[in-house]
Amino acid sequence: MTPLNEVDGRAIPFGLKNVDTDVIIPAHWLKGTTREGMGRGAFEAIRKDPDNLFDSAEYKGAPILIAGDNFGCGSSREHAAWALGDLGIRVVIAPSYSDIFSGNAVKNGILPVVLPQAAIDRLMEVALTDPVHVDLENQTVTTMFQDRFPFEIDPFRKMCLLEGLDEISITEKSDAAIGDYEKKLAQDRPWLQPSL
Amino acid sequence: MTRPRTLYEKIWDAHVVEQRPDGTCLIFIDRHLVHEVTSPQAFAGLRASGRTVRRPDLTLAVPDHNLPTTARLDAAGNKLPIADAESAAQLAALEKNAPEYGIRYIDATAPEQGIVHVVGPEQGFSLPGTTIVCGDSHTACHGGIGALAFGIGTSEVEHVLATQTLLLQPAKTMEVRVEGEVGPGISAKDIILHITGTIGAAGGTGHVIEYTGSAIRALSIEGRLTVSNMAIEGGARAGLIAPDEVTFDYLKGRPYAPKGADWDAAVEYWKSLATDAGATYDKVVVIDAADIAPSVTWGTSPEDVVPITGVVPDPASFADPSKQAAAAKSLAYMGLTPGTRMQDVPVENIFIGSCTNSRIEDMRAAAAVIKGRKKADNVKWAIVVPGSGLVKAQAEAEGLDRIFTDAGLEWREPGCSACLAMNPDKVPAGERCASTSNRNFVGRQGPGSRTHLVSPAMAAAAAVTGKLTDVRELMA
Repeated sequence: MTPLNEVDGRAIPFGLKNVDTDVIIPAHWLKGTTREGMGRGAFEAIRKDPDNLFDSAEYKGAPILIAGDNFGCGSSREHAAWALGDLGIRVVIAPSYSDIFSGNAVKNGILPVVLPQAAIDRLMEVALTDPVHVDLENQTVTTMFQDRFPFEIDPFRKMCLLEGLDEISITEKSDAAIGDYEKKLAQDRPWLQPSL
Repeated sequence: MTRPRTLYEKIWDAHVVEQRPDGTCLIFIDRHLVHEVTSPQAFAGLRASGRTVRRPDLTLAVPDHNLPTTARLDAAGNKLPIADAESAAQLAALEKNAPEYGIRYIDATAPEQGIVHVVGPEQGFSLPGTTIVCGDSHTACHGGIGALAFGIGTSEVEHVLATQTLLLQPAKTMEVRVEGEVGPGISAKDIILHITGTIGAAGGTGHVIEYTGSAIRALSIEGRLTVSNMAIEGGARAGLIAPDEVTFDYLKGRPYAPKGADWDAAVEYWKSLATDAGATYDKVVVIDAADIAPSVTWGTSPEDVVPITGVVPDPASFADPSKQAAAAKSLAYMGLTPGTRMQDVPVENIFIGSCTNSRIEDMRAAAAVIKGRKKADNVKWAIVVPGSGLVKAQAEAEGLDRIFTDAGLEWREPGCSACLAMNPDKVPAGERCASTSNRNFVGRQGPGSRTHLVSPAMAAAAAVTGKLTDVRELMA
């Protein structure tokens, strides 16, 4: 996974709330067996409109997406994160996310920044004309107009993003602990072993 | 004495392998359900890194999303090919990956094949007090039998295959208590639609919802699975309903369920899981069952719920400006005008099925309304899709299939079908569907499709009248 720290660039002033992962990537794009090329299907219905933001000269390839409440709700499809990544998005800024989407985003090197609606409104305004700067190490979103919005992030997620860590290799260090747990489980709840 | 704990806290505590200094916990996963859509990249990841599946014995694979719901075998009993090349390739990948990694695999043509969330409880593979994951957000469903069950992304599928664990932060707890008795014609689906309308699509974000109260306790396991299934539509990754005698009776004797002395020990343990008196939740919502009507959605978010006796709302009636904008957009997509009576909305398509509503009780509820009636002429497409081969066989033994086909509805093979527009079952652009599925998102049932979420009885009522209908009027 590509490490992420500072991202500077245009932010797509998308702004909609309750954007579900079916809208981010419709199900017919989920029939493949690889992670690649999902950007072509990203926001497919919205991008049928030739004047859509994602394909405009101004925002095409922009690394930041600004959205409304409950971004990424619905289906657990990680294809949504793959699609955003393939579009070139490294940071999403929204007031809230679905739990599954925000986890999927981090595992794909995409930072889900949580900011209050007032900050979102201001950034939507700035994004119309100017770039936005995101600094994960210092946990801030800033603009050239002296706006400075600090954000919170779970320390484990922050570490994974900053270092580009793969969670499986972290967990493999706990192999012995998992083995001990399995032994204890076989004693305490032997009936958990599927009976067929 | 230990601190009083909620059902969620008890299951969580029993599954902590390790806690990291930053608070993240390594959680053991008791059951992993796998289907064809979200697993191929995970198996490819294992292959690329030379990893194996740690506990194939705790993993069960079954195809469901891509499968056409038409006949799977020809007259001679040979497998029929799947026309869509991509779907066929994805299904073939699961059929190859599962045995290669020693994972139990239920074939598309096996009698017990079905939607993964119907199969898990039906086979007794899903058990109370366990942690269950699947690369599908409706894994929340298994909370209906008292399992901590939630959807995961493909990276997490790979993580569970490789380590049988997940790195997780504990969730907050939320109680949704439904007290009292629901009226006639009102089902578990109406309860969960009403709850979703009340708490909103993000009302449970960051939380695990435990459903409590007399109206929940009165539900069958089928009904409880329906309620918990849609916890995710209220933003909660998991739902929970404490296991009780109803749960034990449902599970006893199922193929993978414990047997003999193991069964007794399991029941003893399951009885200890109920939320302790004095335990507190981070959030509590109380609902009076008497306020729940047959419910229907009008918009493109599952929170857009009104009683069938209601009207299409005016976007200006919402306090939140962003909801006003969203409602206006939804109505434009849905082709609806504020003030229109929901009962005056015609529907051209009917879908009875999905992991929310495809169990035997759902089939019976729909058939009870259809019996002796005919599909309305303006309904062009009406399909009934049982959730598994076992549900299908049971329904056929009861003659329910004939009730549907005599009325002009189609009786199909088990699968996810028209819930998500991945297989041939789709709703055409601009047309409406009264659907027993779980999501009314833009394009969910096909590009441009317009979904109205309803219960099986309400979908059946719409099939015979050709418009959204208060099923209570047909019951009189």
